[in-house]
Amino acid sequence: MTEKEYDKIPGTIVFDADKSREGYHLNQFCISLRLQENRDAFNQNEEAYLDAYPMSKEQREAVLTREWNLLLELGGNIYYTSKLAANDGINFQNLAGRMTGMGVDSYREMMLKGGRSIEGNRDKSEWGED
Amino acid sequence: MAKIIAGVGCSHVPAIGVAMDTGITNEEYWKPVFEGFKKSREWMKKQNPDVIFLVYNDHCTAFDARCIPTFALGCGAEFQPADEGWGPRPVPAVKNHQKMASHIAQSLVLNEFDITIMNEMEVDHGLTVPLSVMFGDIKQNDEWPSLVIPLCVNVVQYPAPTGNRCYNLGKAIRRAIESYEEDLNVIIFGTGGMSHQLQYKRAGLINSDWDKRFLDLMTEDPVGASQITHLEYLRETGSEGIEMVMWLIMRGALNENVTEVHRHYHVPASNTAVGHIILENNA
Ligand SMILES: [Fe+2]
Repeated sequence: MTEKEYDKIPGTIVFDADKSREGYHLNQFCISLRLQENRDAFNQNEEAYLDAYPMSKEQREAVLTREWNLLLELGGNIYYTSKLAANDGINFQNLAGRMTGMGVDSYREMMLKGGRSIEGNRDKSEWGED
Repeated sequence: MAKIIAGVGCSHVPAIGVAMDTGITNEEYWKPVFEGFKKSREWMKKQNPDVIFLVYNDHCTAFDARCIPTFALGCGAEFQPADEGWGPRPVPAVKNHQKMASHIAQSLVLNEFDITIMNEMEVDHGLTVPLSVMFGDIKQNDEWPSLVIPLCVNVVQYPAPTGNRCYNLGKAIRRAIESYEEDLNVIIFGTGGMSHQLQYKRAGLINSDWDKRFLDLMTEDPVGASQITHLEYLRETGSEGIEMVMWLIMRGALNENVTEVHRHYHVPASNTAVGHIILENNA
């Protein structure tokens, strides 16, 4: 695949047309949880509920195991996956605590101190990635 | 004729709405956030606008992945607050100035901005939180003090419209509003931002220096601000910081020369830098 200009940004997945195409059914599943009756049905039987959404095996597994980062790698978008998180009682900040691997408390602490600095976080090379 | 008297830039962090709805705005964490809107609420009362033209984005609430319009103008009679997964916000339905909205829709298309027309639409925190911070607590069975024309912008699926496109759309919106025959005062809101990243391993990114420079540009050099690239927003302000292109629609609808009457900046509200500015059109 051709390199995209934003691929160099570390720790970031840009939800572009490619991601959107890949994540379509996953995201449509997630947004269905916006409504209480759907949340009830999903919580009663996750597997059966997921049968209505023709997502990949990997995506389905990531939903069942709540692998928040993997969901994004497989085409999920945060505004969609946050609906699954909300269903589990996880708000945006606690979800971020999980995705960053920092844990809820130290993530909250970092935000209180002004957030993650831009210094050292502009380019993958600064993270030892390429 | 209708007239745009001022512009408001304002973050629309969902947690700010939750704080108001659960009555915890006096807590240590939230106090400094709301302190900065005290003056704004007094200012709003004094302006008492007939109509607010409110630029915001939907966060995969009213729009799912089936349909992703870049610009969608609310033309229906009213808009209910949406259930975003934790129940609808306990705030009034938003009432439109339907006649003006359809005038704007026609004018925009004839000016070559081919917007989508929404006659049914629920609205999420992106629209209701700015109203709440600017008007204060409004009970669910009361009414918002102004009519609201919503313009919903796609900033979720890359690419959002460019800053330049947004700035020019603002100009077209101004022409549309100011060719509407009724004598109405209109305030335009550009919402979202400032720096924040909600997703993946870099979540929590905040870039205060950049944000403050953006606020400066809003007042002093809007054309410069309109040339900021998507890559710069994504890298410097976080993947969700790109919401700030919506401020440029607001800015494009004002005079090049404006008076900054208020500014507020605070970190954090949840994951986000809260930014706010009020710009009055010079007479
Ligand atoms: Fe937003």
